Amino acid sequence: MVLKIATANRAVAEAAKLSNVNVIPVYPITPATSIAEYLAKFVADGEMDAEYVRVESEHSAMSVAIGASSTGARVFTATSSQGLALMHEVLFIAAGMRAPIVMANANRALSAPLSIWNDQQDSISERDSGWIQIYAENAQEALDFVIQSYRITEHPEVLLPAMVCLDGFILTHTVEPVDVPEKEVVSDFVSTYKPANAILDPENPMSIGTFTDPNYYMEARHDMYNAMINSKNIIRNVNKEFGEIFGREYDFVENYRCDDAEIIIVAMGSVCGTVKDVIDEIRREGEKVGLLKLRVFRPFPTDEINAVVKNADKIAVLDKNVSFDIGGALYNEIKAKLDVDAYGFIIGLGGRDVTPEHIRKIVKETKKPEKDVQWIGLREEEI
Amino acid sequence: MKITEKEFLAPGHRACAGCGEPIGVRLALKVLGENTIAVSPTGCLEVITSPYPETAWEIPWIHVAFENAGAVASGVEAALKSLGRKSNVVVFAGDGGTADIGFQSLSGAMERNHDIIYICIDNEAYMNTGVQRSGATPYGASTMTSPAGKKSFGEDKPKKNLPMIMVAHNVPYVATASISYPEDFMKKVKKASETEGSSYIHLHQPCTTGWGFDPSKTIELGRLAVETGAWILYEVENGDFKVTYRPAQRKPLIEYLKAQKRFKHLKEAEVAMLQDYVDRTCSEYGV
Repeated sequence: MVLKIATANRAVAEAAKLSNVNVIPVYPITPATSIAEYLAKFVADGEMDAEYVRVESEHSAMSVAIGASSTGARVFTATSSQGLALMHEVLFIAAGMRAPIVMANANRALSAPLSIWNDQQDSISERDSGWIQIYAENAQEALDFVIQSYRITEHPEVLLPAMVCLDGFILTHTVEPVDVPEKEVVSDFVSTYKPANAILDPENPMSIGTFTDPNYYMEARHDMYNAMINSKNIIRNVNKEFGEIFGREYDFVENYRCDDAEIIIVAMGSVCGTVKDVIDEIRREGEKVGLLKLRVFRPFPTDEINAVVKNADKIAVLDKNVSFDIGGALYNEIKAKLDVDAYGFIIGLGGRDVTPEHIRKIVKETKKPEKDVQWIGLREEEI
Repeated sequence: MKITEKEFLAPGHRACAGCGEPIGVRLALKVLGENTIAVSPTGCLEVITSPYPETAWEIPWIHVAFENAGAVASGVEAALKSLGRKSNVVVFAGDGGTADIGFQSLSGAMERNHDIIYICIDNEAYMNTGVQRSGATPYGASTMTSPAGKKSFGEDKPKKNLPMIMVAHNVPYVATASISYPEDFMKKVKKASETEGSSYIHLHQPCTTGWGFDPSKTIELGRLAVETGAWILYEVENGDFKVTYRPAQRKPLIEYLKAQKRFKHLKEAEVAMLQDYVDRTCSEYGV
């Protein structure tokens, strides 16, 4: 065990270095830029034996990733916000071509207005792209989830790409102690990539990415749907094995003081740290509040969420994204899939701080809700 | 030149009768052989060769999207390098996927000098979607989006000079070619395959549907383009420019124009203007 003081960007770069990655196509964008820089330096210093492709856009980064993955290479890339949006077309293709690419996304608001600061609108807007989405609360999780993702994406029953989401600046630029595992241990865990899917090989020629008429398209999409469902088992098994080897076990959700809770807050990413602190304070004041931290957003762990929240009186769902007129995506999915009394709170858009007072306000509003969806933390004066 | 009888693009694909595109692919693959991975952007070639569950490709082939063939090929090449494998990587792309929507991705790939051969098969418009103009549509051609009319004589700008833009990228080997001059084209493919780093070949390809001529005349049309100077065959090897075929006596442009429906609206003065443009270009290139 080597404890390093690292940002989440450094942590995911370290994870890629440990994971026997062959090809790194990457384009700089705030706040993911230092991931590209660390990886460039690892390759330049000979610490990492990979082809680093200095692409001219994020669209090309993902296109290089698909080409390389389809040739049998293990691929890592990173992006954020506008970069992810520019990739939109090819994200769907990567998933549809069943390319097990792993990408870190530094969560950042989408323009306009232009903002370089954190929210989760970018990755949430790609929820239907066919990518597995995992949200990290801290730098350690970011590192661990990248390593785990190779095992999940490359599993023959999954073969869907995975996006590890880390909150921009809050995680990407904040240093924390991170346990960076030994190279040999990670190398054994992830092995090298052995393509189970189509591969470009002159010894065994295949046509990949063909044109499909209405006789076959729907089956291809249905296969992806099933693969996303299958991924739940694989994620569960990988979590368990990872826990045995690395001593840190993760589930689809984290239950923080929910067992007797009357109000449960549901949230994803770095805000969970703040929420946990506030819950500790509120509990000392005698109120029964808990947090359900959602780690995996796709596949959507309906049963695991239900098991934790089913006995609560009310649910407060925090969304750092918004679907206009109907509230946040997570709130709407929880309402759609679970029989619970849930309320939605839009928080932290474009880097707006989410303070302990905001969390207290959310708990208060949830007790006597006036609206289905509320925006928390708006300025009170006219601007 | 010894040419193998082996085919790497199977018959039975869905190209129009008289289509010149499969001719270009077949000739190039006869040079490159079976140890080749091909990349195509969206376009006629992708649609006619890969209707699932059929494929006409006897070699590994990948299609991802319309605007990213340069990047996909870059990824294939980087993967081969990283995995210690060796194969030719060739792109067969249309003019739209090269000159317009795929231009940025092509520019990036060529600037990075990946060891790939990029062949633009230029039929001078978006033919897959039914003949809309592209950046490679020639001066005066009528297309569905540059139609001739009372106030228009068709495409009002000369074609984008892609090969010279590639020369400006310091691509080690750049050439133009025509499907109607197979030996010239195949020699160029050979040189491209022997080039370390990027090669770019711009292959002129008559399109019976989009240009409007009898399907039996495809090769003839390609020859007329070169013999009139509307298309010039040259190569630029490490910066050294050389014309590879010089017509003994250039034919008048009208012979090429009148053989195609896309130019039939042109008035005498407009033909003269186009002839003047061709004369100036030929003089610039020494043809």
